[in-house]
Amino acid sequence: MNGLLMNEKNVCGTVKERSRLAPQSVEMKYRDAYLTVIFTMGQTKEHARKVYQAMVRSRLLEMKFSSLYKAGQIVGGVYLGKGQEAVSASVGARLEPGKDIFAPLIRDQAGRTAFGEDMLDATRTYLGSAQGPMKARDGNIHRGRPSEGVVAMISHLGSSLSVVGGMLKAREIQGKLAGCVGATCIGDGATSTGSFHEGLNYVAVEKLPVVVVVANNQFAYSTPNSKQYACVDLIDRAQGYGVAGHSVDGTDMLACAETIAKAVDTARAGGGPQMVVAKLLRLGGHGEHDDGSYIPEEIRNSTYGRDCIEVGKQQLLEKGWLSEEELTEWQEAAKMEVQEAVKTAQKEAGPNPYNEDWSALAESRFKEAHT
Amino acid sequence: MSVTYIEAIREAQYKALETDERVFLYGQDIGEFGGAFKATKGLKEKWPDRVMDAPISEDAMIGMAVGAAIEGMRPVVEMQFADFSSVGFNQIVNNAATHYYRTGVPIPITVRMPSGGTPGSGPFHSQSIEAIYSHYPGCIVLTPATVSDAYHMLLEGIALDDPVIYCEHKLLYRWLKSDDFEGDGLPIGKARITRPGKHATVVAYSAMVHEAVRAAEMLQSEGWEIEVVDLRSVKPLDTDTVIASVARTGRLLAVGEAFPWGGVTAEIVSRVVKEAFHLLDAPPMRLNAKDTPIPYHPKLWAAHRPTPESISHALKELLAY
Ligand SMILES: Cc1ncc(C[n+]2csc(CCOP(=O)(O)OP(=O)(O)O)c2C)c(N)n1
Ligand SMILES: [Mg+2]
Repeated sequence: MNGLLMNEKNVCGTVKERSRLAPQSVEMKYRDAYLTVIFTMGQTKEHARKVYQAMVRSRLLEMKFSSLYKAGQIVGGVYLGKGQEAVSASVGARLEPGKDIFAPLIRDQAGRTAFGEDMLDATRTYLGSAQGPMKARDGNIHRGRPSEGVVAMISHLGSSLSVVGGMLKAREIQGKLAGCVGATCIGDGATSTGSFHEGLNYVAVEKLPVVVVVANNQFAYSTPNSKQYACVDLIDRAQGYGVAGHSVDGTDMLACAETIAKAVDTARAGGGPQMVVAKLLRLGGHGEHDDGSYIPEEIRNSTYGRDCIEVGKQQLLEKGWLSEEELTEWQEAAKMEVQEAVKTAQKEAGPNPYNEDWSALAESRFKEAHT
Repeated sequence: MSVTYIEAIREAQYKALETDERVFLYGQDIGEFGGAFKATKGLKEKWPDRVMDAPISEDAMIGMAVGAAIEGMRPVVEMQFADFSSVGFNQIVNNAATHYYRTGVPIPITVRMPSGGTPGSGPFHSQSIEAIYSHYPGCIVLTPATVSDAYHMLLEGIALDDPVIYCEHKLLYRWLKSDDFEGDGLPIGKARITRPGKHATVVAYSAMVHEAVRAAEMLQSEGWEIEVVDLRSVKPLDTDTVIASVARTGRLLAVGEAFPWGGVTAEIVSRVVKEAFHLLDAPPMRLNAKDTPIPYHPKLWAAHRPTPESISHALKELLAY
């Protein structure tokens, strides 16, 4: 392994990575691509700051959603990414808006923010404003802007992976694939779906530039890993699919920023599909309706129970890549932004069922009148 | 020249690939091998980058098509058998079919479904799935019964901006021949009066149109003139043409090859009862397959689905009311 991790000490003292490459043949094929991935010290700093700023903004936005939920002002459920921001933001921050593809999932506010989502998109969707990207036809995390490269997830877990693959395949047919990456995030539980298997196998077979980031937060709703899969570590699956695998401590902000950047860059450089497995913990319930009391104390107190936002702060301060003053500025600016977004969305009207175009078809001439 | 139903399907795909570079074909064994039914024979040779073999992953195949459609392509996905679309069901009804309503971005994909029973095919290679996909909002469901409809409706379907479930009947593949594809120019959304009559209306679609015509011929010698309406598409469903026919005959029998609970025939009867109760001289009837899995043995299979005999039997009951 070169570039990123060669200089572990200098660049990022806390990176602990178990990187397992795919089988020999895949490794051989992609070796050239690996060699092209170079990451200088300066780039690392800028990237890490970008990741962290998105984490800060997203955390503050989600805290607001949580309190709005408790105040009964949210339409529907609220699913937060607290504790998973380092992983998620690391994905979004390494993608290029307007060019790359991102398919976020339940806990990816930070990734969305890092990928350039306007806070208003999230706020309008949660508050049921008709001006949101989904026009109040779908809610909370089920939002996206597919024409701008953000897939609008459906609830059915695992089903975005093949969609990302198809978007990239289309670009390949159109001769526009060069330099593009598609990334998607998924939980440990969702890796058990047939859809995830089919999707990962598909992108592997087609050698598409896809990055799959698995946030293994030890639980799927209340179900522990032990009832979810039988291999020692989810990263072991990478080899079975013929994709490169990277493990990372999901609470270690700098490690996430680097490992995921490397995966994205490698895919972009033609290195084929990359799978990252990040271990961490959900620092809350499954949704805001859930207190997560089934998560044992010892897991909460383990390394994975650390808050990545605290870890990241210490890391950046220690390295002198961020000052307390600047962090306060970031936080204040984000709070203002959140306030503005909420104020705007709260003033906006919800959908009007009498004006709604009740047609699911783009070819509206085929709309049928049901009486 | 004589063309078969399956050749019409191949020719339509040829034409679509030739005239629209956004079109690509995706399915299991459809490349060099030309598909399980040879519907894509020779197409890979001509368009190597736009005719692609898929792994046995129906969920991923539809998901892939949804993604490609977002990026402006017009994928045509071949299910090897309609029955296996159950594995891609979620991507069809929850992803493709909801996408336009949710996001405003249309998903112009066509899923070719080799449908319906053939002797000896059994429970998992014989199903008719049109009602299931019609039930969910967001899909257009086509059920061509003629060679020219097979050709034109596939081309027209590929050009539509919505997910299209194209149900092609396997029994018609090689048996049904025509001199050309020309047809009568009816667009999607319009049913056809296949055979005019005045004593009763049989509404059918896909292979059942031919069984209904045979039943009508059987009753002709007894002096009955049976009108046969070919729905052509079950969604949209051309209720106007059905009701206009019932206005002429006063009697309705809806025939479908699918299972009897709910479904297309139930939808037709319920619409006619609601909109045209006063035109009916007899209680409307339905005839469907039996409420069991589709049996393998040709003798059982032939009794499981509506046949000219069972249709004419039902018609006699209807006419005697
Ligand atoms: C196919 C499917 N089955 C069930 C659900 C209901 N469900 C929503 S989230 C969830 C748990 C997901 O766990 P995981 O994938 O580990 O993600 P996490 O919530 O831990 O981030 C379940 C079971 C679903 N959305 N999709
Ligand atoms: Mg989980």
